[in-house]
Amino acid sequence: MGARDFIGSLFLKELVQGLALTAGYLFKPKITIQYPEEKTPMSPRFRGLHALRRYPNGEERCIACKLCEAVCPALAITIESAQRDDGSRRTTRYDIDLTKCIFCGFCEEACPVDAIVETHIFEYHGENRGDLYYTKQMLLANGDRYEQDIARNRELDAKYR
Amino acid sequence: MEVLILGFFQWFWNLFGLWDGIWSWFHHVWPLAWTLMCFVAILVPLLVGVAYMPYFERKVIAYMHVRLGPNRVGPAGLLQPVADGLKLLFKEVLVPTKASKMLFILGPIIALAPALVAWVVIPFADGWVVADIDAGVLFLLGITSIGVYGIIISGWASNSKYPFLGAIRASAQMISYEIAMGMALICVLMVSNSLNLSDIVRGQNEGLFAGMGISVLSWNFIPLLPMFIIYLISGVAETNRAPFDVVEGESEIVAGHMVEYTGMAFALFFLAEYANMILVSFLTSIFFLGGWLSPVSFLPDGHHWLAAKVSFLLFCFIWFRATFPRYRYDQIMRLGWKVFIPICFAWILVVGVWMMSPFNIWK
Amino acid sequence: MMEFKTFVFYVLSAIMLVAAMRVITARNPVHAVLFLVLSFFTAAGLWMLLEAEFLAIVLIMVYVGAVMVLFLFVVMMLDIDIERLRHRFWSYLPLGAMIGLLMVAEMALVLSGKYFSTEVLPGQSMPAGYSNTKELGHLLFTEYVYPFELASVILLVGIIAAIMLTLRQRKDSKYQYPLEQLAVKRNDRVRLVKMPSNKEPSAGQGEQSS
Repeated sequence: MGARDFIGSLFLKELVQGLALTAGYLFKPKITIQYPEEKTPMSPRFRGLHALRRYPNGEERCIACKLCEAVCPALAITIESAQRDDGSRRTTRYDIDLTKCIFCGFCEEACPVDAIVETHIFEYHGENRGDLYYTKQMLLANGDRYEQDIARNRELDAKYR
Repeated sequence: MEVLILGFFQWFWNLFGLWDGIWSWFHHVWPLAWTLMCFVAILVPLLVGVAYMPYFERKVIAYMHVRLGPNRVGPAGLLQPVADGLKLLFKEVLVPTKASKMLFILGPIIALAPALVAWVVIPFADGWVVADIDAGVLFLLGITSIGVYGIIISGWASNSKYPFLGAIRASAQMISYEIAMGMALICVLMVSNSLNLSDIVRGQNEGLFAGMGISVLSWNFIPLLPMFIIYLISGVAETNRAPFDVVEGESEIVAGHMVEYTGMAFALFFLAEYANMILVSFLTSIFFLGGWLSPVSFLPDGHHWLAAKVSFLLFCFIWFRATFPRYRYDQIMRLGWKVFIPICFAWILVVGVWMMSPFNIWK
Repeated sequence: MMEFKTFVFYVLSAIMLVAAMRVITARNPVHAVLFLVLSFFTAAGLWMLLEAEFLAIVLIMVYVGAVMVLFLFVVMMLDIDIERLRHRFWSYLPLGAMIGLLMVAEMALVLSGKYFSTEVLPGQSMPAGYSNTKELGHLLFTEYVYPFELASVILLVGIIAAIMLTLRQRKDSKYQYPLEQLAVKRNDRVRLVKMPSNKEPSAGQGEQSS
């Protein structure tokens, strides 16, 4: 320990340096986003509330291949399928338990027809037990409601896929 | 002050021509009433200050973290302490089944009481002191040494592991740093030749530089700089504040002696901690920073100077917390016993020799 | 009408006697220590009543603030089995009672009658600027300076003896040396080396060299 270090430690040099650093940050501009009034920018890949999409002619996209059900790591998706009158295979039940869902996005990756997607909606809630258990009708309604946003986000992200 | 307020009462009741009738019996209880008024006049601002300290602390630490801190309750979050207080007030005070019930309740009370009692000897300005006793410094040392019982008793009475560990840590730490604090005070007593706090402040207004009109250079913190720093650091350790907060270190022993406490009993510990912080800041400014004295002679002395100094020291407490990581326990003990106490001894010797030498500046 | 001081005296004395009694009757040792603290506290109050404020405050500072905390510290950590301590209580009682009575008799002899009356309690009233602390200091450093110095030397010997008795150097225990830890600088421990890569990284090995 040299004389300079000794004097430095005697006069608490390093402590004063630390204090000066925090005092400097006291006057820096603050980075807080005040959430309900301000919001952070959101990526087109943001994974929020689920939705089932339809083709422009109104036909639902899902073909009940059950790939999403198989890939879901949280076992949140339940699908039952049957043959429709016109001979095509369609789901009779498509439920997502959002209390189980971990929003990993595997379902939307697995989907061959881009039927199940995750929207950028994340401000939703349930007031009763079971409110967050989304059935096929609710998911299709979500899809109808946010189709514009979903389509735009797909398009923005398309060139990176 | 006393005469002034008495005069006001006289004027007020004379408006109705009732003064003589009232005074005939009121003069029996006047001394008691006056003392009570003093206590209220000290305790109400103190408790308001204690309530706003956490808000101040959260704000300052948030700003040092480049955040904004509480700003939702009221304008700029100014009603946050009210919300916190109401929340704690309406919570149930739980007593663990196997706790020693009476001691469990007694603990927080003993922790808070000394922090409030000590205020009777604090001079806020020249003559503004409830009890101007000669042994003021001794009284303070005696009273503040009782505070550790609150922590020990609550830690033991909770009948739980973490509170007990916290109590053991607290008792060892607070005793160690009390010694360093007392030693640092000995130097102050030597140079001011008095145990009276008002006299200690007045003594700092004399000397070469005070005569030249810059009394800031005559204050004790310049000739006793090592003692000032030791007193300040020991004060941080004595109030169990970061970086010496191993007593309640969240990441080690949850919250130390406070683990089993809820509601108002928990709030009492908080009040005690912040009241102690304010007390230590007051004492540091009285002993070393010239109390109510103005730094230069063309500005008038007064309690606002004391308030300014105390505010700065309180800011320092928070500043330290935002800056330094927590000490390890053995390092705390080493700092207290092996560093501070020897330095204190050495400086007592230096001051003693200094006072006997021709260069004595305290006459 | 009883003087206020007398009233305070009796209240403090009563509290002190009860607390002192509870020290030896309390079943829980921690409670006993806390009652001892209470009795010290009331004793300090009594001394304050006698205008011996220095002694009163020192009693609180030294005994309540430091000694009893360490006491409490030790007692809290001990695992005291009260039943075993009470074992053979009756066989020890006669001897203990005899010693106790002897002490009471001695005290009664020393403190003969008039000390128990409260008339002489406050003594002569002192002038306003009288400072008990200052007087004590003057006496200690003038008249009693040699006994005082002697006592301090004896205390010092006691401290050193206590340290030497408990100090054990063990070969196998490891210590930290904070001074050396402090003295370490970044350059003492970390050496940044720049090395040119001497081979083109082939595919799959690219992340190994750096």
